[in-house]
Amino acid sequence: MGVADRYEMVCGLEVHVELQTKTKIFCGCTTEFGGEQNTHVCPVCLGMPGALPVLNREVVNYAIKAGLALDCEIAEFSKFDRKNYFYPDLSKNYQTSQFDLPICIKGGLEIEVDGEKKWIGITRAHMEEDAGKLVHSGETISTSDESSVDYNRAGVPLLEIVSEPDMRSIPEVLAYLEKLVQILEYTEVSDCRMEQGSVRFDVNVSLRPIGSTTLGTRTETKNLNSFSSVRRCMEYEMARQARVLEAGENVIQETRTWDEGQGVTLSLRSKEEAHDYRYFPEPDLVPLVIDREWVEAIRKTLPELPAARRTRLQALGLSVYDATVITQAKALADFFDAALAGYGDAKTLANWVMGDFTRLLNTNQCRVADSPVSANQLAELLALMDKGTISGKIAKSVLEEMYCTGKDPNIIVKEKGLAQISDEGALLGIIDGVLAANPQSVEDYRAGKDRAIGFLVGQIMKATKGQANPGLVNQLLKEKLS
Amino acid sequence: MGVAEKSVSELQELLVQKEVSSTELTKAYLERIQRVDPELQAYLTVLENQALVQAAEADRKIARGELLGSLEGIPMALKDNMCTEGVRTSCASKMLENFIPPYNATVTDRLRTAGAILLGKLNMDEFAMGSSTENSYFAKTRNPWDLKYVPGGSSGGSAVAVAADEAAFTLGSDTGGSIRQPAAFCGVVGMKPTYGVVSRYGLIAFASSLDQIGPLTKTVRDNALVLNTIAGYDPLDSTSVSFEKPDYTKYLINDIKGLKIGIPKEYYGAGIDPDVAKGIQAGIQTLIDLGAEVAECSLPHTEYAIPAYYLIATAEASSNLARYDGVRYGYRAEAEDVLGMFKKTRAEGFGQEVKRRIMLGTYALSSGYYDAYYLKAQKVRTLIKQDFDKAFERFDVLLSPTAPTAAFKFGEKSANPLAMYLSDITTVPINLAGIPAISVPAGLVNGLPIGMQLMGKALAEETLYRVAYTFEQNTQYHTLKPKLSGEVLTCGSR
Repeated sequence: MGVADRYEMVCGLEVHVELQTKTKIFCGCTTEFGGEQNTHVCPVCLGMPGALPVLNREVVNYAIKAGLALDCEIAEFSKFDRKNYFYPDLSKNYQTSQFDLPICIKGGLEIEVDGEKKWIGITRAHMEEDAGKLVHSGETISTSDESSVDYNRAGVPLLEIVSEPDMRSIPEVLAYLEKLVQILEYTEVSDCRMEQGSVRFDVNVSLRPIGSTTLGTRTETKNLNSFSSVRRCMEYEMARQARVLEAGENVIQETRTWDEGQGVTLSLRSKEEAHDYRYFPEPDLVPLVIDREWVEAIRKTLPELPAARRTRLQALGLSVYDATVITQAKALADFFDAALAGYGDAKTLANWVMGDFTRLLNTNQCRVADSPVSANQLAELLALMDKGTISGKIAKSVLEEMYCTGKDPNIIVKEKGLAQISDEGALLGIIDGVLAANPQSVEDYRAGKDRAIGFLVGQIMKATKGQANPGLVNQLLKEKLS
Repeated sequence: MGVAEKSVSELQELLVQKEVSSTELTKAYLERIQRVDPELQAYLTVLENQALVQAAEADRKIARGELLGSLEGIPMALKDNMCTEGVRTSCASKMLENFIPPYNATVTDRLRTAGAILLGKLNMDEFAMGSSTENSYFAKTRNPWDLKYVPGGSSGGSAVAVAADEAAFTLGSDTGGSIRQPAAFCGVVGMKPTYGVVSRYGLIAFASSLDQIGPLTKTVRDNALVLNTIAGYDPLDSTSVSFEKPDYTKYLINDIKGLKIGIPKEYYGAGIDPDVAKGIQAGIQTLIDLGAEVAECSLPHTEYAIPAYYLIATAEASSNLARYDGVRYGYRAEAEDVLGMFKKTRAEGFGQEVKRRIMLGTYALSSGYYDAYYLKAQKVRTLIKQDFDKAFERFDVLLSPTAPTAAFKFGEKSANPLAMYLSDITTVPINLAGIPAISVPAGLVNGLPIGMQLMGKALAEETLYRVAYTFEQNTQYHTLKPKLSGEVLTCGSR
């Protein structure tokens, strides 16, 4: 029996997500990513003497929206607190956050792993400000001769979403994270661009003997910034803790850090060395009172969430798989819905959206939002196909042409003369010619060799450069030969 | 008498009548500063050129008959914890010795818009922590009534500049008495408005939930004039109050008949100087003679005010002052690494009293002590507020000495911080409750001024002005002037 069979993993996550408001949480500076160092700053986010914070109401709107999408209760009364610790990236040497009265409480979301559905509880979600960014001349702050600080990010609004310790496996953790990010993107409270650090994860992991109901000692690994880091970090941490337990030792409760290069977690500080954050209510801000009307006004702006959307698409005849793929990202689902308005056959549309359209985007590394082919144009293309103006095969090449030129499908079809030949008279003339040129095949067919008809159809298509209506060709050919 | 001795309202009249120009006035104050400030040391920075440029602007406006600001051409000065764009704002600390803010405090902006002339920045206890201005890193400001005595604090420079005619008016800040006590010690009028009436934006924070800016002036009328200009909601300060601002000068009525005045007995406790008590008693008698109804009352939780205040104020200060770490601005010590730099910067950049309060506050907020100290202090604060609420059900204003004693000598209390803290007993409950209080001159004790404190309901500044004005109009205390360098500045009434 392996180590993994003797222990059960228990995991809870803290996810810090940047809210994509235009301005910072306590001042009017832009939240735009990048920018020359220390150009998106003012006395407030630089923590200059005498400067005071003013809460950006839009941040509250976003937090309420995220909270509602995550099935949370929105607290009528919440407040901000100061979390005190010294670090050069923190301009006031305290972070304005929410401690005991967060804006969102008691929520959760449903995940599905191997066909099993499971509810993962969300304890709370609270608003806070991001810190600046340290730029070291060397590897770390302690080994560098020189470090500089960029406060462009200081004061960018964050929502910290804390889960219950409800996850028991890495697939569950990844399913939770994917679902969470999906909901945040859907509600458009965050663009969740992990490469820009707009989502960061703290992972709490502990092991316990299978069958045990008490929690083992946990470690918290901070500041992971991708799903793959989360997965690797957890694999490492589970193995490490199992080794400790197998050796009869105790896991030490501590904060750890993930070394991406070496693929290991390293101890940052033990429980004894843990910061005493000396939280106390932020005296420069008044408590936040959110009445029901405010919450209901935000609720009205909530988009259809992924689960509801999937159910709706399934009702239109899509398979579970198709509906899941299309609703994975809001942009694709929105594209699908927009195209559906102009072309009613959901199933055919789904095949095209998931197939040729997605392939084109992927090949060109293009985001759905930036697609040169609009949803309307795709709908028009499929309608042309349905009307018999073009064949499915031609439609694929028209789509590529649309992608390259941005032109409407009917214009491309006209310009390139790609319309199908559905004129019986014209087709009969061509069929006669082909039959006359291939007597052997005609004989073979009549002798019972059904395969010969395929050859003849191919010759007719060749003669029409693929523009002959294949259904009609088949029908006319059979009539001629019978 | 010289122009520098006149009140703001008198100066406004002279300016409008073109009997004196703002430039002449500004020069008169600058000369006065040059003459007496080497001894008094009220100023940390004097802005001669800038002040004369501003005065010339005011004179042009007056000459052209343009619409004038509410304090057009009036020379004044600010406590050095209010940010002034392009002008050093030091908080009387080595930490900010070279700090030049790139922005104005809201009060600085409002005074500038009103046409007031900024003469300079005034001395104070470092980061406003103290009751004597002895904690300034730069200078010891002296009491013009007797140079051996402290001017009070922390707004010592602000009180002295008004008392010694070095400015027409000044602004101070009051966290636990820092406007009222020096006003009392120097014989001027000092108002701490309701918390939130004057914006704190650009006021370098000591204790955010207690700090409030207010005017120090020669007369009650001047005080109302200045508050008219600086009060009012500010979107940059989330704790500022949105309210319909009255014209405070409309309440300068020489009549208090039937007004109910309460005398909280706890404010006349063990530490009170009998001569101060006698002086205040005389003041009370004056008000009774003018028709006020006076009765004793009780604010039973007063004895807990000092411990609660020194927990809340130091807790907030420990966090507010964390930003001074040498990274972004201000003093920076050289050290081997970041942590060393932090430690050395703060060890060298802050004075003793500031460090003492940061440590007290850090301790009070520490895990395991929070409930016993900070949280309990907040509960006491609620009880103190309720004491006042109850008293104001019966009374329009409450009255007490502003401080238990007149000014003390240099060094007299600085060796014993606790004794210094205890002398704040009559002023800190007001900050904890967030209500307004004004100190008005109430006579001399052994040649040193004492102040009478009037406390009112939240946003009842106008009632305080009415009582203070009536008292002033029916007494001569405000006409007493200190003698300086053997020179009699003025004698008797105007």
